[in-house]
Amino acid sequence: MGYPHPPHALETPVLSTHFGEAAARTFDGWVKRGGYEGLKKALGMTPEQIFEEVKASGLRGRGGAGFGTGLKWSFMPKEDGKPHYLVCNADESEPGTFKDREIMRWTPHALLEGCAIGCLGIRAETCYIFIRGEYTEPLRILQAALAEAYANGALGANAFGSGRRVDIIIHRGAGAYICGEETALMNALEGRRGNPRIKPPFPAQAGLFAMPTTINNVETLAAVPHIIARGAAWYAGLCKSSPKSTGTKLFSVCGHVMKPGVYEVTMGTPMRDLIFGIAGGMKPGRTLKAVIPGGSSVPILTAGEIEDLPLDYEGIQARGSLLGSGGVIVMDDTTDMVYQIWRLARFYAHESCAQCTQCREGTSWTTRILERILKGEGRPDDLDLLLDLADNMTGKTICVLSDSCATPIVSGIKKFRSEFDAYLNKTRAPVLAGAGA
Amino acid sequence: MSAPVSSPPALLNVTIDGIQVQVPPGTSIIEAAKQAGTLVPHYCYHPSLPSPAVCRMCLVEVEKFPKLVPACVTTVAEGQVVHTQSASAKKAREGVLEFLLINHPLDCPICDQAGECELQDYVFQEGRAGTRYANEAKRYNPAEDFGPDIMYVGNRCILCTRCVRFMDHVAGEKVLNVSERGDRAYIGIDASKQLDHPWAGNVVDLCPVGSLISKDFLHKARAWDLDRTASVCPGCSQGCNISIDTRDDTVVRFRPRANLEVNRHFICDTGRAGYRFLNRGDRLEAPMVRSDAGQLVVADWDVALAAASAVLRSATGSAVIIASGRASAEALGHVQRLTSHLATSAVIQVPMGIEAPLEGIPNLALRAERAPNGRGAEMLGYGTDVDAAIDRAAQASVVILLDADLDADQEARLAGLGGALLVIATVPPEGLRDAVVMLPTTTMAEEQGVYVNRDGRAQRYSQAKAAPALARPAWWIAAEIAGCGDDDADVPADASDAFRMLPEFGGLRHADLGWVGRVVAG
Amino acid sequence: MSRPTDAPYEPVFTGSTREKLEALQAQYPTRQALLLPALWMVQEARGWVSDEGLAEVAAVLDLTPAYVRGVATFYTMYHLHPMGRNVIQVCTTSPCGMCGAEQVRDAFLRHTGCVELGRTSADGRFTVLESECLGACGMATPVLINDDFLESVSPETVPGILTRYA
Repeated sequence: MGYPHPPHALETPVLSTHFGEAAARTFDGWVKRGGYEGLKKALGMTPEQIFEEVKASGLRGRGGAGFGTGLKWSFMPKEDGKPHYLVCNADESEPGTFKDREIMRWTPHALLEGCAIGCLGIRAETCYIFIRGEYTEPLRILQAALAEAYANGALGANAFGSGRRVDIIIHRGAGAYICGEETALMNALEGRRGNPRIKPPFPAQAGLFAMPTTINNVETLAAVPHIIARGAAWYAGLCKSSPKSTGTKLFSVCGHVMKPGVYEVTMGTPMRDLIFGIAGGMKPGRTLKAVIPGGSSVPILTAGEIEDLPLDYEGIQARGSLLGSGGVIVMDDTTDMVYQIWRLARFYAHESCAQCTQCREGTSWTTRILERILKGEGRPDDLDLLLDLADNMTGKTICVLSDSCATPIVSGIKKFRSEFDAYLNKTRAPVLAGAGA
Repeated sequence: MSAPVSSPPALLNVTIDGIQVQVPPGTSIIEAAKQAGTLVPHYCYHPSLPSPAVCRMCLVEVEKFPKLVPACVTTVAEGQVVHTQSASAKKAREGVLEFLLINHPLDCPICDQAGECELQDYVFQEGRAGTRYANEAKRYNPAEDFGPDIMYVGNRCILCTRCVRFMDHVAGEKVLNVSERGDRAYIGIDASKQLDHPWAGNVVDLCPVGSLISKDFLHKARAWDLDRTASVCPGCSQGCNISIDTRDDTVVRFRPRANLEVNRHFICDTGRAGYRFLNRGDRLEAPMVRSDAGQLVVADWDVALAAASAVLRSATGSAVIIASGRASAEALGHVQRLTSHLATSAVIQVPMGIEAPLEGIPNLALRAERAPNGRGAEMLGYGTDVDAAIDRAAQASVVILLDADLDADQEARLAGLGGALLVIATVPPEGLRDAVVMLPTTTMAEEQGVYVNRDGRAQRYSQAKAAPALARPAWWIAAEIAGCGDDDADVPADASDAFRMLPEFGGLRHADLGWVGRVVAG
Repeated sequence: MSRPTDAPYEPVFTGSTREKLEALQAQYPTRQALLLPALWMVQEARGWVSDEGLAEVAAVLDLTPAYVRGVATFYTMYHLHPMGRNVIQVCTTSPCGMCGAEQVRDAFLRHTGCVELGRTSADGRFTVLESECLGACGMATPVLINDDFLESVSPETVPGILTRYA
């Protein structure tokens, strides 16, 4: 079931089956719930068999990029004699996204099992779980689970007596959204500033400590034991719309809904079902204004645009946005779109690593312009300026944080221009204290 | 060289702005573009530093690529077609420049970099005419003394990180960092340290703007008032290529000149600071001859040359030549010829110091031998034992001092040799007033000449400032003395000719050395 | 940045703390990879990371103090100034912001006696900071107090929460 609400008929619990059950956190509790069957099976498979199975399942990266997981694993070199690394990206920091936290604090062993199978699939003996520094509770729970897994022989030099080594190490981040970017994450792990790296080289060629590396999201890895245990065909069969979007997805629904929380649905489930069915719809007297479907870095959709919108990669892309992390931010008619977009720009300005000129300067500049507008000091050409700056910030930097700052600004101005105009032509009173306030 | 013969990798054909070039695989687009005659605008890239591709200024359009790519880290591929001046590339550059200017202070009127500032240059070339940055405040970072010679004006910094990469990877001393994140970032220095690495001054040259500046040069001269002359550092035997920058005939600074075979793009702080002697005002202004009354009096060149010639013609037995370590190959060679009929002990002064290598560049160091032409002198047969030479002076019938810088003790040991002392000098030696002649000569900045560095590379240097009106290069002085009274004498027409006439250097002319020099000895 | 008192700096990496750090080395192929863990250990021991703390980490890990400072200043969670005994971080990014997070932030400022964000209360008990997205957007407003991750904080529950922190 999702968390923290009771299961809903429209949900398809797979990863979330045991959310909320404290007993699921223990090794024994997890084994009782069918845990570690996937790993035991994988220990008898070759890496090719493992990643072909994952490929056939259609599992795609659940962190936001949506890249085929089995395909990503197949990029790793085969026999190169170098140590390979699997990195689990547990740096969940995309505004609106809070699903990996639930996986880690309710079913930590699911993640450990997925990491172990991932190691086997890419010929790695070591996996680092990079967990964001603020996730203190999942960290404690994961550390306890890890100790148990070792104590019970699931991990270590001789995983389940197979003679294969699988080591998992938890590494704590220290407060930087940008470390969710896979190359910045590797830098943080190596004891550097969390700066994204230029590619090439790609991680599969030279990644962590310059060795071949694969980075996967928590949710992606947590799905793997199910795929191995129950088969790719079962997973691929969980599909309601586009055949390229299979399996289930955890959606973290937040903002102006009656029941915010994490919910698991089959890919292709209509967005309306999620918001109005499972999450309880709008608060009394309120109407839907906008939805950001996949974390703050994807384009904003209007209420009209989510009608008959399936929750899958292709459907949302066709509608002009992205599934992304599945962080669904719901905004009702009380929302000041300009204010929220300003607050998002402020977020990106705070998180910019400072390498690229467009991002370092542009995130702050756009924030200041929006602030001016909210102070009632906007100028007539400010919107054109914002759009031009957003264009200058897009497609020109080492990573996409710059583009992510531009996205809500562009979609916001395009679809909610009247709200910006209201501040500019002063039909709406300023909401921030200005120089004259 | 005796390397085994193997075929080199096939060159790749690339078209840049319509011009076809052929480059080895692995060449970056920015370097390939140089061959096509195009300099792709950039800040963070530097051929002697690792490339982080952070400034985003060098984004170019490559056909069939979905996005603009950074030319500094993108390697060429066969058949690639690159456009550096396409509308999208230009707009991207205009965007970068605008972003850089929003927090950059309008310091040009008080900033030393003005006139040689890459931000000014590119903004003028392709930036926006006006700013769209409204009443928003610019972020503020206080200026910091990075010491001893370097100031960091944080407000002007464009975070290209060249300075950090230089100290980390080339100097090998990780004393600088990027601190903070986003637009709060600035260059920080270890609180307990200074930028006193022997090669740290290069960060001032590397800084594309006036953020890292030299305190020595602070507010001294405007870049557009400067003349820049190709030269060679007179500080040590490494022979780093420099530019002597002058304003109104005063040397205001040395800067590195690129030479990939010698010093790449760098000079050491000792060499950098070693220009002051070129501005000395206490010069020997005119030729002087010892009168019958025993005093040095000003005389015409003809008279002085004749007096010197007379001494040499009548000399027998032995001779001693003590020369400055900064004397040119031409000077040393032609002065030496004056005593070819005598048993000559010829030495140059080579002060010694502590070697200070630049870790990240092979074979580059501030050398212990603090003289630029030791190798050239050695090829001519000069030694370095000055004390022994001074001892021998007592028995010599002629002693020639070629701009030797002697201390009081050494001068005292040479005193009393009045009849045999010929002095060629830039600054008149105080304790040797009883020389037969004192002939004013040029410093290395006031002449053309050649130095041969420790690796046997002969490098030419050019005249950067005017000499005192009556001073002459020492090779001319020597050749004129030699040719005194002989109308058929073979007097060199110029410094290049003087160099050509020295068989030790293979009959090469200055033009044969080019501006990166030529190895003339093993 | 100086320490609040003139007391000499007490090294962190001695005895069992040093052993704990060295035990981590087996998990990483480089010494430098211990940097984030080492900075955490300093902050856990002292409440913040002073310049001397940075220097000690540098010495123990064979890095330069400049390098360590460059890394430490990158990450928001390392406090490079002395903080109150209890550090309160309130998420105010948009998903929480649109669900009342700013009122929660203001309630914390009011009830702790901290005059403004980042300024420690006069009694040294609290420092209140705004945080970016804490990853619990569905449980607005999430607040991190020291190592305690609280969910669903409202202005009404703030006073009761504060009584739990000495």
